[in-house]
Amino acid sequence: MNILVCVKRVPDPAENEIEISSDGSDIEREDLVYSVNEWDNYAVEEAIQIREQHGGSVTVVSVGEEESEEVLRREMAMGADQGILVSDDAFEGSDGRGIATILKAVAESGDYDLILTGAQSDEGAAQIGGMLAAMLDQPYASLVNEIQVQGGTKLQVGREIEGGNQEVSEIELPCVLSIQSGINEPRYVGIRGIRKVSGVEIPEKEASDLGLSEDQVGQKAARVKRVDYFHPEMGEGAEILEGSTEEVAEKLVELLKSKGGMK
Amino acid sequence: MSRQIFAYIEHNDGAVEDSAFELIKVAEQMDPQAQVTALLFGSGQELEDACQHAASIYPQVWKVDKQEHSYPNAELIRPQLVNLLPADAVVLAPFDTFGMDLTPGLAIKLDSAHVSDIVGLDGVDGDTLKAVRQEYGGQVHTHVHCDLSGGAVLSVRGGVFPASEGGQEGQVADKTSDAGEVQAGRRFLEVREAEVGEVDITKEDILVSIGRGIEEEDNIEIAQELAEAMGGVVSCSRPVVDAKWMEKSRQVGTSGMTVKPKIYLAMGISGSFQHMGGVKGNPFIVAVNKNASAPIFQVAHVGVVEDMLEFAPVLTEKIQEMK
Ligand SMILES: Cc1cc2nc3c(=O)[nH]c(=O)nc-3n(C[C@H](O)[C@H](O)[C@H](O)COP(=O)(O)OP(=O)(O)OC[C@H]3O[C@@H](n4cnc5c(N)ncnc54)[C@H](O)[C@@H]3O)c2cc1C
Ligand SMILES: Nc1ncnc2c1ncn2[C@@H]1O[C@H](COP(=O)(O)O)[C@@H](O)[C@H]1O
Repeated sequence: MNILVCVKRVPDPAENEIEISSDGSDIEREDLVYSVNEWDNYAVEEAIQIREQHGGSVTVVSVGEEESEEVLRREMAMGADQGILVSDDAFEGSDGRGIATILKAVAESGDYDLILTGAQSDEGAAQIGGMLAAMLDQPYASLVNEIQVQGGTKLQVGREIEGGNQEVSEIELPCVLSIQSGINEPRYVGIRGIRKVSGVEIPEKEASDLGLSEDQVGQKAARVKRVDYFHPEMGEGAEILEGSTEEVAEKLVELLKSKGGMK
Repeated sequence: MSRQIFAYIEHNDGAVEDSAFELIKVAEQMDPQAQVTALLFGSGQELEDACQHAASIYPQVWKVDKQEHSYPNAELIRPQLVNLLPADAVVLAPFDTFGMDLTPGLAIKLDSAHVSDIVGLDGVDGDTLKAVRQEYGGQVHTHVHCDLSGGAVLSVRGGVFPASEGGQEGQVADKTSDAGEVQAGRRFLEVREAEVGEVDITKEDILVSIGRGIEEEDNIEIAQELAEAMGGVVSCSRPVVDAKWMEKSRQVGTSGMTVKPKIYLAMGISGSFQHMGGVKGNPFIVAVNKNASAPIFQVAHVGVVEDMLEFAPVLTEKIQEMK
């Protein structure tokens, strides 16, 4: 099975405090630590496991700036066979539809039986997979936490629904699935692995290579535009306990006692 | 504005879900004069009862009654919605596991704009909807402008908009014959219930809950010691379960357990809505987080800005001393 996995380079949630730039037009990007979007890493692992059992290939694709090459390389060190970097100034300001349009062009320039995305990325939109499937006229399932290959024509998939219950369905190939975290245990990638793929050429594609025009992607085509970032005026929020660690702990014990937080 | 607004209504056992009461408020914020139409897919008496319920909230209810819809499959429902809806419709749906399955593809098939997980509205200006979203797990908010001229599919976070009180006497129209064929490349088989664990966190009064900030499996011990000192148990956020460090039955949130403790002590948890969605019953919430601007501090009653790995053992000690 030939599998295409869409991966995005995002600020690592475990490493960063996100701050807003002074004019609110962007977040402070200066000192951000980036990594592959958490959900996409599970998607790549799943693709590799399917290939290991059933043969085929795993291609990872990312739309973004030059630096996205890092995450492609990381996923190749994990075991993806090849990477495609899609980068062009014309993509700047794309909305979800724009990104899906670009990924559709990539999907159509290859021959893929299965396309995987993450369930959601840093913007929390959870939309690219569903859009891509609709554009390709392929069946879709979101939040997939189990995949079983059934012959060459269909899969049995589990979707994680509310309460952690699992909705089981049969889905025809080719199809698009968005992958929920926890579906597998992504393998560890060491420095050695990264070094091994450091020399591998990653082809870069631009809008023109994919036959995309300005009215399809980028700021101009976008029907949904982010205007600014802000922090809302909140209620009072939490009362922050001040003092040395010992003092804070003592205050907290008193509070917990008064609220019945100790048996 | 005479744009037609539709609300996709989820229902269960003949009653509509809470989102039905909220989506109408969203529509009214967009256009106070809107004649909002509720859309219900299902089958038989269960659907009929749900439609009656929906008609107490919405002036107009459209139902599609087919055996195949007795379990909602977004892949079957999406093409039928495309058959039923006018091209420039504004469609509202809940941002939940069904909505995530349905709405992105629906926007493409209707050639409409798509905005997901809306948490606020700043009104409509001509053809521009001004919405509020969050990014980075709720660490920042954004204003988003959406062009409504070609229609829009909007998914809305649960529990952030007020609930309608109902009191409508809406009309139910049967749209089954207009919905067209039911066909999809995905067939529903069954729902498997989540496994029950050794410890039932839903019945505990005191929860010490840990998130990604626990960093390593071996550190869980410090949370266990704290929970023991307090007479409670340890629960967790999703990354801890994803890493296989704790059982799924310990996970708090929309895709885990709904808990109703008296005390919820969250350590190293950022406070995403999917996590907090599982914390009910208005407990006393204490957050320990090293990031002073973590979203959890907006919902917690008391906050401690410290490294949890250092703070937890100190707290355990103090509790043992001061008990
Ligand atoms: C459909 C769907 C369903 C989901 N369901 C759930 C669910 O049921 N439950 C759930 O929890 N999540 C759920 N999620 C995931 C959710 O979106 C978040 O990714 C998740 O809740 C984040 O967990 P966290 O707060 O532990 O991690 P993060 O968001 O990474 O936050 C870690 C926090 O720990 C702090 N920290 C780090 N180190 C330390 C330290 N040493 N001391 C103190 N603080 C520290 C950081 O400042 C940060 O605020 C779901 C997602 C999807 C898409
Ligand atoms: N720029 C991008 N390049 C490649 N894949 C992407 C990009 N943006 C989003 N995706 C994919 O779409 C998924 C869902 O993202 P989103 O809809 O933005 O929440 C991600 O997990 C990725 O798999």
